[in-house]
Amino acid sequence: MNIIENIPVYQLAGAILFVILAPFIGAVITGIDRKITARMQGRVGPPVLQPLYDIFKLFEKENIVVHESQNFWIFSYLIFIIVTGVLFFAGSDILLVIFALTLAHVFLVLGAYSTGSPYAHVGAERELIQLMAFEPIIIIAAIGFYEITKTFDTLGILQNSVAPIILMPGIFIGMVYVFTIKLRKSPFDLSTSHHAHQELVKGLTTEFSGSTLGMTEIAHLYELVFLLGFLFLFFGMAAPVIGLIALIVVYFLELLVDNATARIKWQLLLKSCWIITAVFGVVNLMALYFI
Amino acid sequence: MDILIFLILFPLIAALLMLVLPNGGLRDSIVKISAVVTAVASLYLFVTTYGNGLSFYTIGSELTGTLMIAIEVAIALFIIGISVKFKHYLIAVLVAIQTAAILYAENFAVSHAALSQELFLDEFSVIMALIIGIIGSLICVYAVGYMKSYQDHHKEIKDRRPLFFFLMFLFLSAMFGIVFSNHIVWLFLFWEITTLCSFLLIGYARDEIAWKNAFWALLLNTLGGVAFAFSIMFILLFSGNAEYIYLNNLIAAGPAVALIPAALIGFAGLTKSAQMPFSSWLVGAMIAPTPVSALLHSSTMVKAGVYVIVRFAPVFEGNLIGIMISLVGAFTFLFASAIAISQSNAKKVLAYSTIANLGLVVACAGIGTQEAVWAAILLIIFHAVAKSLLFLSVGSVEHKKHSRDIEDMSGLIATMPKIATMMLIGIAGMFLAPFGMLISKWATIHAFVNALPPFGMLLVAIIAYGSGITVFFWAKWMGKLIEVRTKSEPLKKEASGQEMTAIYALGGLTVITCLFFPLISSELIEPYLGEVYGTASHLLSLNNMIIMIMMLVLIVLLPLSLLHFGKGRTIKQQYMCARPTGADMSFSGSMGIKKDLEMSNYYLEEYFGEEKIAKAGNLLTIIIIAILFILAAMILSGMVMFI
Repeated sequence: MNIIENIPVYQLAGAILFVILAPFIGAVITGIDRKITARMQGRVGPPVLQPLYDIFKLFEKENIVVHESQNFWIFSYLIFIIVTGVLFFAGSDILLVIFALTLAHVFLVLGAYSTGSPYAHVGAERELIQLMAFEPIIIIAAIGFYEITKTFDTLGILQNSVAPIILMPGIFIGMVYVFTIKLRKSPFDLSTSHHAHQELVKGLTTEFSGSTLGMTEIAHLYELVFLLGFLFLFFGMAAPVIGLIALIVVYFLELLVDNATARIKWQLLLKSCWIITAVFGVVNLMALYFI
Repeated sequence: MDILIFLILFPLIAALLMLVLPNGGLRDSIVKISAVVTAVASLYLFVTTYGNGLSFYTIGSELTGTLMIAIEVAIALFIIGISVKFKHYLIAVLVAIQTAAILYAENFAVSHAALSQELFLDEFSVIMALIIGIIGSLICVYAVGYMKSYQDHHKEIKDRRPLFFFLMFLFLSAMFGIVFSNHIVWLFLFWEITTLCSFLLIGYARDEIAWKNAFWALLLNTLGGVAFAFSIMFILLFSGNAEYIYLNNLIAAGPAVALIPAALIGFAGLTKSAQMPFSSWLVGAMIAPTPVSALLHSSTMVKAGVYVIVRFAPVFEGNLIGIMISLVGAFTFLFASAIAISQSNAKKVLAYSTIANLGLVVACAGIGTQEAVWAAILLIIFHAVAKSLLFLSVGSVEHKKHSRDIEDMSGLIATMPKIATMMLIGIAGMFLAPFGMLISKWATIHAFVNALPPFGMLLVAIIAYGSGITVFFWAKWMGKLIEVRTKSEPLKKEASGQEMTAIYALGGLTVITCLFFPLISSELIEPYLGEVYGTASHLLSLNNMIIMIMMLVLIVLLPLSLLHFGKGRTIKQQYMCARPTGADMSFSGSMGIKKDLEMSNYYLEEYFGEEKIAKAGNLLTIIIIAILFILAAMILSGMVMFI
């Protein structure tokens, strides 16, 4: 059996393009993000490419660690975030994509634990709570896609003739609600945030510095592109333009919420995410039977 | 067929030998030899019957039938006697009812069926036999070292090791009996022996609490036994054909004939596999020495419960009885996982995760489609290896650290690196992609989406939440293991030689089953499904298989990066907000007082407290089981054929 022949060219292309382009696209998006955020706060803000400059700078720093093993976990985290995106953009089984994403995050959490630092410890615990809050809706979204398109492959979902959003608006709302967690934005920036002045210092990433911190930043860029891709599936090739506009609107909303809210406690985060998932996600899923 | 008889009889003979051998080197050697022989024999069974498909065997003697009845009565008398002695009259009554039902049914009907195919063998039995033979034997080897230090640690408990090893091997013998029996009365006899063995093993310490938990296990399992006995009575007296006493005929007859017996045996399976509301007995069984827990959880007892449910899966396909069984499993998965979050006792976390995983197996079996059964069998395999590894590791850590609390395993990777690494492998096997359990979970979701609407979606929603919960409690345990705060030297000897042998072997097995699961699937599970469902289809697409294996290889290779990351790093102490006072990470508080640093995991008891969740879970599953029986009664009274 020739395996190579089984992989169509565009799937391979999707994977390669993701690996090369995602960090730049992600960096530009976060750059614009910082610019808009600054304007909302009455500041000028850094240049759009500042996130990239930051990362380059991190890689020039001295390598300071608490334990030798911590970099291994973070490296694994980066690799598996990339694997997640590669699987996604190569059009493979969406459940495998989700499980790879979970695996990546477990590596990140283990990296934080391995330092034995009190701040990182609490950050790691909170990250796990966030994972627990996020997981149900993303699995439900995958099942929703299957119900509509009868395939788990992202490629098949993308090519569906009807935009899934029409039949699963509830699940989309649920996804947008928990999207804030993955963007590490307020009010859900419990485990770590882009700012170092929170009550946990920098939580999860307290003990990461130099290239290690750089790797988590790169992973964040990859993940951002992957997540936007996931949201785009709700529109697919049936409504690509509307999809792009929707993504821009959603991201802008996230910025607005980020700047207008304060951090909440983990209890409210877990509860609200699960309830939103049940009300919008599960009910929507059940309703798919009757459509 | 000789090998089938050998697998049932050899552990039995070994068991009897254990009863008379005194403690010491001779018995230890014989345990090891017997374990090796059993393991090799189960491998031999696999090799020699490879590709044979379904085959039948007969003993062909009237004498065996009589002997079986004699043993049944003897077991019943023993249980009645001991229950009366300890004033557990309800158990005595239940056992009396159950025995009366069996004797009555056998007396009136069994003579009509010719003894021709009492034993059978197919790929599913082979898989089960390998689990029992290899994992069960490894646990026996482990027990040699463990029980020695157990008795040294617990001077107050009388040394009953001859009885202990007798029961361990008897258990294995009975388990082989269960998976090879085609004659349902035989199956029932072996079923009862496992109930008896687990009762005596749980009560090993013979103190008040041990007896209490042992009798509780006995009571719940006897409830299942009564249902089982009624099922046999129903088959013999109402089905109109004595041939249905054979499992293969019964299952092939389909729901029209087999649904009521399947519902009753399914109920018995739920009790034995510790599904809610019966789960409390397995949690209580934690009182027993660790090898017992490992045996109960991975290769015997609870596996017998799910085995029968998976056997009857084709009967459950597409009807409401099956859906009810499935719902019990799914809710058990959700609630037991949730309880595991609030537990810091390692053995309890393992217990609840077993209950949860078996719930997933039951949920799949209740759906009963080909794809669902495929997932169920994979779950059984992966759970057996990873869970036995975890139990044995926890047992050995407990003897060194004198605690089974996860909080006390902080930084275990530094003090007991070998066992901690094995534990990490076991935990990864339990929930991480692309390892074993996750492949099964992936298959489970695939199977659920196609299940009877709208229940399929409900099951999927349950699994979506349960999946997040599982990640939480496993990952925080892994975190504890690798959380190294200060430099410390590893122990010279982490556990006895026997213990380390078993732990390493199971660690290796976990990795091997993960690597070779496509082979297990194509060579054993798919042929079995082909026989039962009449069609052979590949359930795992080539592309997905390649992806999973590539991910696995990646994970195996990643530790090599340590060679790079270990070099040229400046090592600093943890950031302590500029207030550290020493290398032990204590810090100075207000008024110049030195404070010690304490780090502990979240247990979220407010939301996932054992009592609250168990109450809700038990109530819900009791309602579902009540509906199950109402449905069964409706079918029985002829109101509906089958739903």
